[in-house]
Amino acid sequence: MADEQKLAQALEAKFPVLAGKINLVRPRRMFVEVPAESFRQVLAHLKKEQGFVYCCTITGTDDKDTLAALYHLSDEAGTLLNLRLRVPRDAPVIGTVTDLYPCCANYERELIDLLGFTVENLPPGNRYPMPDDFPRDQHPLRKDWQPAAK
Amino acid sequence: MGTVTIPIGPQHPALKEPAAFSITLVGERILKSDVRLGYNHRGIEKACEQRTYTQDLYLIERICGICSHAHTTTFITASEEVAGLKVPPRGLYIRTLISELERIHSHLLWLGVAGHEIGFDTLLMYSWRDREVVMDILAMLTGNRVNYGINTFGGVRRDFTAEQLAEVRKSMDVLEERTKYYIEVATSEPTLAKRLGGVGSLSHDDALRLGAVGPTARASNIQRDVRRDDTHLVYNELDFKVITDDHCDVFGRTVVRVLELMESYKLIRQIIDKMPDGPVSVKAPRRVPAGEAVARYEAPRGEDIHYVKGNGTDKPERVKVRAPTMANLAAVSKMLEDNNLADVPIVVAAIDPCFSCTDRGIQVSDLGRGRDETLAWGALRAHGIEWWRREAGVDFASLNRKLSQSLAAR
Repeated sequence: MADEQKLAQALEAKFPVLAGKINLVRPRRMFVEVPAESFRQVLAHLKKEQGFVYCCTITGTDDKDTLAALYHLSDEAGTLLNLRLRVPRDAPVIGTVTDLYPCCANYERELIDLLGFTVENLPPGNRYPMPDDFPRDQHPLRKDWQPAAK
Repeated sequence: MGTVTIPIGPQHPALKEPAAFSITLVGERILKSDVRLGYNHRGIEKACEQRTYTQDLYLIERICGICSHAHTTTFITASEEVAGLKVPPRGLYIRTLISELERIHSHLLWLGVAGHEIGFDTLLMYSWRDREVVMDILAMLTGNRVNYGINTFGGVRRDFTAEQLAEVRKSMDVLEERTKYYIEVATSEPTLAKRLGGVGSLSHDDALRLGAVGPTARASNIQRDVRRDDTHLVYNELDFKVITDDHCDVFGRTVVRVLELMESYKLIRQIIDKMPDGPVSVKAPRRVPAGEAVARYEAPRGEDIHYVKGNGTDKPERVKVRAPTMANLAAVSKMLEDNNLADVPIVVAAIDPCFSCTDRGIQVSDLGRGRDETLAWGALRAHGIEWWRREAGVDFASLNRKLSQSLAAR
């Protein structure tokens, strides 16, 4: 895990706010909790300076008090860095990352439809994955969501 | 010249799966395109939260009719990591064997679809006939042509005998011979080169930017293969080449897939040679501790990724699935730009969207009476109804009557 440790040290040196927030799970797997105010800078640094050129997908999770978006970033050596951004459940606002990772548009639309995120500056496009007539205030992957009675 | 926007899909003969393309044309040339997805959304991720890990395995197997093993292996690898389970080496070798057999069946299927989309139906007939060899092998090993049900929590459900593995090895020789012919066809047949060359171009930079995966990315000369980069199963013990091509078009995607077939045959022979003895599974706990894991897997279409979060119960807290087609669809709009409208079917097919091949007749060998007979679908259905009546006392006649009555009442 030498490379992963070196990367963790480099990240902590560049962003002191990440101290203690980097978890090396196993070779090629890192989980990083990033505060909302540093998220953009950390993400841009990972893409431009650390070679994380590819965002595999974004996983949204409902963690009761907060919602979280987990950005799965990969470099060409196969290391998967999972960058977690937590937002308050009652105001889940995040900025788009499509300027850095254009492939993320549909993953961000998934966060909107299924978990009720608000994604600022997301380029216009079709809904995904819910149908156009599905109520926009219903978010099926929220833990307290119940399907409407038939 | 003015522009015209036409809809293709969600149901359209050119598409094998529902997706709605909105294509803006200048004359016959495509100016831009837009895709609306979600018609196949079945809420599987939500459903997984309400089922146990073992039940989820069978649900996840049905995400895709072709990459069924890819999805279950990715899901179970992540779940086993959360549970701290170590699968015995023989179990991992069996998973890898099915993985490569699935790749062969998927790539041969794609070759036929590609032939069909460009009016080269002889290629469809040939490649699907040869694909039957690997389908029979999969049925012999797992009991099923698709949805193999080989994975279980902690290992695999079946062990294979030396005779079965010898049969697999023999069939690889047949397929290798046939694939050499396809490589010759793909690389030297002028109609194929002229029809596919320069169609659906995706430059190296665009493929990187748009996050293309699998053969689609490798045909744009991106050295990316999860089997090597984020090695899983037993790929780190096997020797294989990551096939890339620099044509950056549908022709390149064809070349990558046929050459990958040869690598799969090589891998399967190594798997059989190196397969260790021993148990194929370990006992798995019912409850999985709190924790999270992400697993990646090189499916036939590219990287499959699953995220699993455990909460200490027998059901996962969250399951996230990102199939390779989802990653490649972002690149389709780029590939369609400045192509002819008539190229849409082959460009879309070139990322290899999937369809199921489960509907079929069945060859019944009645060895006791020394006779073979082929049952048509209707006869097979009648046989099933009769078997349930005789063996289990279930009489479908009353159900059929109720169905007829309710239909008549409408």
